[in-house]
Amino acid sequence: MDLFDKFNPIKETYTALTSGGGDPFGVAFDRIASPTIGVINNREIVLAGTNNYLGLTFDDAVIAAGQEALRTFGTGTTGSRIANGTFGPHRLLEEEMATHYGMSSAIVFTTGYQANLSVVAGLAQKGDQIFIDADCHASIYDACQLSGAEIIRFAHNDPTSLDRRLARSDPNSSNKLVIVEGLYSMFGDVSPLAEFVEVKNRHKAYLMVDEAHSFGVFGDRGLGLAEAHGVLDGADFLVGTFSKSLAGIGGFAVSNHPDFNFLRVAARAYMFTASSSAASVEVTRAALKAIAARPELRTHLWENARRLHAGLKAKGFGLMAEPSPVVAVDFGDPARAARAWNALLQLGVYVNLAIPPGTPNSKSLLRCSVSAAHTSDQIDFVINCFEKVAELV
Amino acid sequence: MTVADQDLIAEISEMLSGLNKAGIEITADTDFNADLNVDSVAVMDFVLTVEDRYDISIPINQLSEVNTVGQFADVVANARAA
Ligand SMILES: Cc1ncc(COP(=O)(O)O)c(C=O)c1O
Repeated sequence: MDLFDKFNPIKETYTALTSGGGDPFGVAFDRIASPTIGVINNREIVLAGTNNYLGLTFDDAVIAAGQEALRTFGTGTTGSRIANGTFGPHRLLEEEMATHYGMSSAIVFTTGYQANLSVVAGLAQKGDQIFIDADCHASIYDACQLSGAEIIRFAHNDPTSLDRRLARSDPNSSNKLVIVEGLYSMFGDVSPLAEFVEVKNRHKAYLMVDEAHSFGVFGDRGLGLAEAHGVLDGADFLVGTFSKSLAGIGGFAVSNHPDFNFLRVAARAYMFTASSSAASVEVTRAALKAIAARPELRTHLWENARRLHAGLKAKGFGLMAEPSPVVAVDFGDPARAARAWNALLQLGVYVNLAIPPGTPNSKSLLRCSVSAAHTSDQIDFVINCFEKVAELV
Repeated sequence: MTVADQDLIAEISEMLSGLNKAGIEITADTDFNADLNVDSVAVMDFVLTVEDRYDISIPINQLSEVNTVGQFADVVANARAA
């Protein structure tokens, strides 16, 4: 008997997937040359799987903000938000986030994962019920488990499925928290938020929306899908990450609930981990300013997204959703998807390999994410490489 | 604690036919993972179908103890009795 015996099935799958040369889950870039170019063994690779939606990681003002913070605050925070880890920038970012959303409270976390752990496990407990969209991110599933609440899953993007499950539950027996995302990271499809708001209001439940992939991408002001669908006031809690459009590392949650700030002394994933570095927080503040000041970033992102989607569709690829900055291409089975992933990297394109059980409906996908920083030529290059690869595998 | 009767096990086995790729005979002892080779996500998707068929809710917390069709049928029987 060995503690590691349980990895035997994973070992088999992993060995098969990596037999084609590269390791889809362990790529290391020697250098990053720009938001859309990485370097491996002196070869330039077009990055089409980064979640760097607005391409702000190399923005001059964003970099300058991080550099200045490094000098002013040093490298790390060496502590958690409730001890020595709250600096001026953390407070300022919280004020700016709250103002941006027009909400009374905003809290900054070390990662988006920890934002979900903090909000969900901080708010819900044994005796409460959480209703979770089937396709929610692993961090949300983990958060639900950690809370000790009863977890009831409903069919993806299906307000009727949620409605039925809420109706089965005694209206007075427990607090009810519904969790959905904005843009879903695997298929690139979006939530019917207005319908979910209507259902949750009817059943007097709370609604949390994880806008990790939709912040900076949707809405006239880039606040996310809730803004785009006109239901900002319908969501009780909005959660997001700094690690995608906001070009840093960290997470946030905003709410109008008068007691929201008590999470700071109740949520363990906020209290017992070091805070995000001042440099990362200042980077995020600068990115937030850029998102507000430069709506053309979003316009260009969507032009690129539509170009990639239309190009791949024209070549006959099976795509999982309508155009969005996440374009997922169906490759049938894990082995074929892994071969295609390797062949794409050989040709100079990096995308994400996504296979079951990490994907909905047991799909084996190559997942592209588009950036505002991509040129049209880069998008066309990606499309052409996909076409070549489809013939090879 | 309610225990599933044979009729319920038969109904659930019938509903499982879509997941039974190898066409094995499904009994109370059939293991979702080892015998049917379905992963945890596919089991949770199956739960959605079962919930709507019997108008019950099955919290996924209860699935951590479930390996076999019989164990799952007991969970369904309990939810129906509740
Ligand atoms: C929906 C969703 N929520 C949360 C996270 C976690 O964010 P972070 O990378 O900041 O931990 C991610 C992405 O990784 C995500 O896709």
